[in-house]
This record gives sequence, C-alpha cells and structure tokens, in this order.
Amino acid sequence: MAEIVLQGFRFGFLLLLWLFIFAAFRVVRADLLGGRVGRVTSVPPRAAAPGKKRSGKGPRTLVVTAGPLSGTKITLGEQPILIGRADDSTLVLTDDFASSRHARLTNRGGQWYVEDLGSTNGTYLDQQRVQGPLLISPGQPIRIGQTALELRS
Amino acid sequence: MAGPTTDPRAAAAPGTPVPTRRGTEALLLVFAVVITLAAQCIVDLTVTGSLRPELATFGIWFTALWTVAHVVVRKFAPYADPLLLPCVAVLSGLGLVMIHRLDIADPDAGADAPVQLLWATIGLLLFVAVLLGVRDHRLLSRYAYILMLVGLVLLAIPAVLPASISEVYGAKLWIRVAGFSIQPGEFAKICLVVFFAAYLVDKRDVLALASRKVMGLEFPRGRDLGPVLVVWVVSILVLVFERDLGSSLLLFGIFVVMLYVATERASWVVIGLLMFAGGATVAYQAFGHVQARVDTWLDPFAYYDGSGYQVAQSLFGLGTGGLFGAGLGGGRPDAVPIAKSDFIGSAIGEELGLFGFAAVIMVYLILVERGLRTSLIVRDPFGKLLAAGLSFAVAWQLFVVLGGVTGLLPLTGLTTPFLAYGGSSLVANFGLVALLVRISDAARRPATPHVAPQRLTDAPTEVVQP
Repeated sequence: MAEIVLQGFRFGFLLLLWLFIFAAFRVVRADLLGGRVGRVTSVPPRAAAPGKKRSGKGPRTLVVTAGPLSGTKITLGEQPILIGRADDSTLVLTDDFASSRHARLTNRGGQWYVEDLGSTNGTYLDQQRVQGPLLISPGQPIRIGQTALELRS
Repeated sequence: MAGPTTDPRAAAAPGTPVPTRRGTEALLLVFAVVITLAAQCIVDLTVTGSLRPELATFGIWFTALWTVAHVVVRKFAPYADPLLLPCVAVLSGLGLVMIHRLDIADPDAGADAPVQLLWATIGLLLFVAVLLGVRDHRLLSRYAYILMLVGLVLLAIPAVLPASISEVYGAKLWIRVAGFSIQPGEFAKICLVVFFAAYLVDKRDVLALASRKVMGLEFPRGRDLGPVLVVWVVSILVLVFERDLGSSLLLFGIFVVMLYVATERASWVVIGLLMFAGGATVAYQAFGHVQARVDTWLDPFAYYDGSGYQVAQSLFGLGTGGLFGAGLGGGRPDAVPIAKSDFIGSAIGEELGLFGFAAVIMVYLILVERGLRTSLIVRDPFGKLLAAGLSFAVAWQLFVVLGGVTGLLPLTGLTTPFLAYGGSSLVANFGLVALLVRISDAARRPATPHVAPQRLTDAPTEVVQP
C-alpha cells in the first residue's frame, strides 16, 4: 500500500468517526431546541384551549413561588386546575408532603376558588387551612407541603 | 429526581403528531454500518494489501443485524430515542473490527471475531426478546425481589463452583462449560439495578426525610443504613471470594449513585465514599492480590517483568499512538497481553490515537446522555431511577475499565461495554440497551388521550401503581 493511501485511511477514518459524532450532536440539538420548555410551562391545551374570551380583570396566571417547582407559571383558563403528585394533574408536584390528588382550583364567574381534595397534610390559604372551597385573591399564598403558589393578574 | 422536567411532549402543539425520529435512527444506523465496514476494509488493506472474501459475509451479517434491530424498534418501541441504537452499533462494530485486527496480528491463536459476531447476534436476540417481553417497564418492578435473588445467585455461582470451572487469570467470576465461558456478573448487574430502582422508589421517603444533622450534612438514621450495609457487605464478599475488584466496585458505585439520585442527599455519597475507603483499606491490608494490583498501578514500570507488564505495554501503546494514532492496522496492539478483552481500549488508543480514542469515549457519552435524558423526561419514578441507574452503570464501568487501561485506576477485571471480546458482556449490555430503549419509548410517547381521572380522592396518599 502506498504511504499516501495509508495516511488517507488514517485521517479519513478519524474524520468519519467525528462526522458521526457531529451527526449525533445535531440530533441532540434538534431534540433540545424542539423540546425547550424550561421552567415556564403553560397549561396543557386541554385546560387552556377551549377557554372563551377572558374578561380583562381577574387573575391570569398561577405562579409557583416556593418549593422545587419554583418559577413555574400556569396560564389560567376556564378549566379547573388539579394539583397533586398524580401524573394527570395540571401541576404535577414532586413534593414528598403532597398527596396524589391534593387540591383543585376552580373558576366560578371569573373568581378562583381553592378546594382541598382530602389531602394528608392539608392545603393552606394564607395560614388558614382550607376546609371547604375558599375564594383566592391575587397575591394570597396557597401552601401545599413545601410548595407555595399564588395567583397573579 | 425532583425539579422541573424538560418534557418534549409539552412543546408539541395540539394536534401535531409527535415525531418518532425513526428516520433519523435509520440514517445514523446506516452511518454506523458504513463506519464499521470502512474500518474493516482499512484494516484488511493495510495489513494484507487485499480485501478478504469473508468481508462480504461480515458486511451482510452486520447490516442484517441492525436492520432487524431497527425494524423491531420501529414496530414495538416507535417513540424510542433515535441515538441509542446507532451509538451501540458504532461501538460494537468498532469492537468487532479491533478484534478482527488482533486476530490478523496473531493468526495462530484462532479467529475470535466470528465468535464475537455470533455473540452479537445472540445479544440482538436478547434485545428483541426484552423489547417484546417487557412491554411496559413498570411491570419489572413487580419482579424486583425475584430479580434481586436471581442477581445474587448469579453473582454467587462462580464463588461456589470449583476453581477449575470458574477461575480465569486468578479471578473466579466465570462459568466455563463445554467451551463456552459466561461471566454471570454482567447479568447480575442488570438484575440488581432493577431491584435497586424498585426498592429505592419504595423507600426513598424514609431514606430522604428521617435524618439527623451532623456538621451541616444531613445524615440518615442508623436503621435506614441497613440496605447500604447489605450491598456493601455483598460487594466485599464478591471481592473476597471471587477476587474480583471490578464487579464489587461496579456494584457498590451503582448503588450509592442510585441512592443519591433517589434521595437528592449528598450525605449518601459521603457515606458511600467513606465506606468504600474503609473497605478498600482493609482489602489492601488483607489480600495479596489487591496489594499487587495497587502496587502495579502506582508504578507499572517497576513490575515490568511481572504483573506490571500488561499496563506498561498498554501505556507504551497509547504513547505510540500519539494524537492521530498509527492508523487502523498500522500499530502493534497485539503487544499487549489479552488486548481483545481487557485492553481493547489500548488497542483503539494505539491505532486511532487520542482523537479516535476521544471519539469513542464521546460515543459512549452520547449513549449515557441519552439514557440520563430518558430518566429526566420519563414520568414514573421507577422508570427515572432505572434509566439513571442503567446509564450510570455503563458510564461507571467504562470509567473503571479505561481508568485501568490508561493507568488512572488500578486494573480491574471489568470489560469495556460493547467493544471488548466477551460474550456475556456483549449480550448483557444488549439487554441493558433494550431496557433503555423501552423506557425511552415510554418517556417520549405522547400522552394518551385524556381519560377521566379515576375517583381516587378518597385515597389520601400516593397510590402505588405497579
């Protein structure tokens, strides 16, 4: 074999290997960019999509202010918001103190109410333990385990 | 495990189908096969100056292998990660080429590459069997304790068997029957990772929450240390009875990391390191073979005529390879004893150089990254832990082996996953990848149309759904 051919093989093969890696990285990149959600999540469409035209007043977002999910935002629609550890909750908590179906926020005529769904450790609205449905005013903290949420307009 | 996840499904607009990425996988698989065949041609042309007729058989067989794998994934795990299979294809292909290259270098010893191709075929059968048999990875957690028993029995068999059957190069970790040698530890690894995942999902609340604070670190209660102690004792027993540093290091490392992943508590890592340091010191004092390993690691050239010969030759090989390597078929990787299995890393380093070696490590890195990413986006905690554990097992094993080859760590009896000659390692790792593919399929599959939530409101705590 001619020396030049051997050198061609030598560097050509290294090039081929690295081309494979770059191809793989392109896939990784496409996956990252296509899937970038970060910490700011919007509600899955089933909750937000069928909403009618929102009235100008009233809270628009639910923000997690403390706990592992801190920073998560959920856009409010007409649909109720389920909070808990269960996979099909609107806000899936990874909090060890939360129950699988912990609390529900419901919209009644533009006003939001919080309801405890029989959780073990309870839901608190501004120091007060939630027994029946309670009206939430914007900025009032809702505590579930280590997680705190509030409504913002 | 807590914290926001980057879930690609959430970004998909309603109504648009989630891409399965199977086309990407097919393209990359073709690329992987091309790389393998190119390498095979280069080796033959460089060493003998002509192409062998067997090359066609090899090419067809190898292509068929990955075609089958791709078709099975397309059919039974359509949303699986597109990078897992191509990475494995490149690695196992390169392994086959290097083994073939070492065959040529030493024609008297008999050809091992065809045998390895046969093992790869068996591995593929296991891959298909796992994908078909395990339709939902969560089912595995039901059999956790059975798998633990199987794993422990597999680990223990070589220790009990007479040395004539189980001992190779001083380590008793084989079963050699009728010309076949199996290293059951490789399969035990997977069984135990499944068990760890199921166990830790069950117990992580206790392990994470009940604690005492000592010097700024939160330490668990004494009684919660039980399982760690058991695993530690088992891995020490493996070390004592099978004289196998590698398996015991592998096992203990995997367990400590899975514990850390499950509880998010750094104190477990500290405890693990302390226990490991204690165990290692005692082992060093008590056992001659551990002492010998450490001594040759500290100064391989002082033992050049004896136990350090292998490492010293490997270091020479890596040095000869330099940045760009000697070219496939251009080096003398056969100068290292047992280059096909333990020291395949040094053969690659010599012929492909630092750049090639780094590329191979990069392919492993991509494989592990995809595994960890699967762990991030899958929804159920068992799947998360299992994927994290399996990918860490690959990374950790690679680190320990390549550390040994490059002189960073003492030599252990572990094999380089997918690359090295050795049937059980290859077959077991194909099984491992099948599990990862299964979990990643579950992770990337779009959520099924929403069904009305069951009435679980009466159940106050987490309902365990196996």
